Amino acid sequence: MATEKRAHFPTGWLPYLLVAPQLAITLVFFMWPAEQAMWQSMLEQNAFGTSIRFVWFDNFRHLFTDPRYLASFGVTAEFSLLVSASGIGIGLVLAACCDYVLRGGKKYQTLLIWPYAVAPAVAAVLWAFIFNPSVGLVTYALRRWFGYDWNYLLNSGQALTLVVVAATWGQISYNFLFFLAGLQSIPRSLIEAAAIDGAGPIKRFATIVFPLLSPTSFFLLVVNVTYAFFGTFGVIDASTQGGPMQSTQILVYKVYRDGFEGLDIGGSAAQSVVLLAIVIALTAVQFRYIERRVRY
Amino acid sequence: MVENRRGLNLFCHAMLIVGVLAILFPVWFTFVASTHTAERMREVPLPLLPGIHLWKNYVTVLRHGVAGASTAPVSRMMLNSLIMALSISIGKIVISILSAYAIVYFRFPLRMFFFWMIFITLMLPVEVRIFPTYQVVSDLHLVNTYAGLTLPLIASATATFLFRQFFLTIPDSLMEAARMDGAGPMRFFWDVVLPLSRTNIAALFVILFIYGWNQYLWPLLITTQENMYTVVIAIKRMIPGGDAAVDWNLVMATAMLAMLPPALVVILMEKWFVKGLIEQEK
Repeated sequence: MATEKRAHFPTGWLPYLLVAPQLAITLVFFMWPAEQAMWQSMLEQNAFGTSIRFVWFDNFRHLFTDPRYLASFGVTAEFSLLVSASGIGIGLVLAACCDYVLRGGKKYQTLLIWPYAVAPAVAAVLWAFIFNPSVGLVTYALRRWFGYDWNYLLNSGQALTLVVVAATWGQISYNFLFFLAGLQSIPRSLIEAAAIDGAGPIKRFATIVFPLLSPTSFFLLVVNVTYAFFGTFGVIDASTQGGPMQSTQILVYKVYRDGFEGLDIGGSAAQSVVLLAIVIALTAVQFRYIERRVRY
Repeated sequence: MVENRRGLNLFCHAMLIVGVLAILFPVWFTFVASTHTAERMREVPLPLLPGIHLWKNYVTVLRHGVAGASTAPVSRMMLNSLIMALSISIGKIVISILSAYAIVYFRFPLRMFFFWMIFITLMLPVEVRIFPTYQVVSDLHLVNTYAGLTLPLIASATATFLFRQFFLTIPDSLMEAARMDGAGPMRFFWDVVLPLSRTNIAALFVILFIYGWNQYLWPLLITTQENMYTVVIAIKRMIPGGDAAVDWNLVMATAMLAMLPPALVVILMEKWFVKGLIEQEK
């Protein structure tokens, strides 16, 4: 596709006027705060907030020697791995089934995609209610039938399970839709040729369909990791609030906690800068992939 | 269809039904909870079938809110959410279509610089610049205002890219013909480009409306008065620490109300939603 028009309108003040609103908002609410975050990440405020001094990279040094920050990194890695793997896996199975069934695929699609519309924070409240330690339905069933004691407010593993379930729930719709679009773009002739050669549905899926879906899968992996890192603040805040004992305190939640509740501005800003580096890396990976997809 | 395998077909239907049930499971219990009395919702085991207090519970939250946790009625919070979702979606579309038009149809100094600057916003989600953005908004005295709630979220690199990609597919001959007929750039925009962009605008609107309605972190920071809360952040505030005396029936009625508008938008505009979602990532 062309990336430039051959003909243009004569230049005057008009194009500047047209980009002005977008640019003003970008400057005031994006560039300036980002620049401030970088500046503040090198400042240190004393306990009373009365004096501020410039400390170069001390905040970063503290960060990477702070076991709680490193633990938060570990939690985030585990959380995003679980959310991405389960979301992509379930999405793929449902999409493959929806693509295969003879009738009703469209109805299933409608029923499966709407959870995308539910805010992650609301999804978390729903799941936290079902898993509520005193009245939750699942809690009751687990205790009654399996004698299993469930209390996510006390047990770290259970808390992580809860936030993973709540975060994955809405994301399944997204993965499902992309896999379905990917499946439907695979030429029928390829599948038919394989069927004539005697390959059954499972073999066709493993040797033809899945390899052809690999660009979609890779793309979804990046999107899901980005979501788990940055889109799940509401899930954590509306259910476990990082607890118990920071076992669900993901990086984004820690920035908020340290900045707004701990009032550690330098430390919070340094964490923001680290997050910024992660976003840039994820975006770069995503764009490299898009360049490659052109060939596909 | 390549071949007809009854067994596999049945298996797929079974998997899909299990999937749909698993997806509906939490929503069903939310609905059931919103139709019982507060007392019934404190007795274990909880009911599996709806009760008879639907109307009463919904009227209570819409008119009076949830006692103890917040005093603002949920109808007010729904209005706040609606204003926020509409301002964000319409704002993003307007400023993005204008800047994409300038970048595609004009060749002016600093054009690429502006383009990259918009591109960079892609890498700066609110979550990354929370604290300084909050400071800027509070310096501008925009805390607890609709402007403070929406303005920092309406710059959009993705929407700008989407419109740019689309404008590049509009044949050049259209523009040449318009210029020959003496149409200026704004006339061409209103009469040709905007009508051609209708489907893209509809698709983008669905996605952005959901994005706006579901915002969490930003409204949490920027609203401190109850009459400015959005419904999504209000739900969590209705559940006090510990679980002493939560009126689950009312909290769950509010949750149903918070889910309803975006879910309706997805179901009623499914075609646009799918198109918007898939194209946004190209």
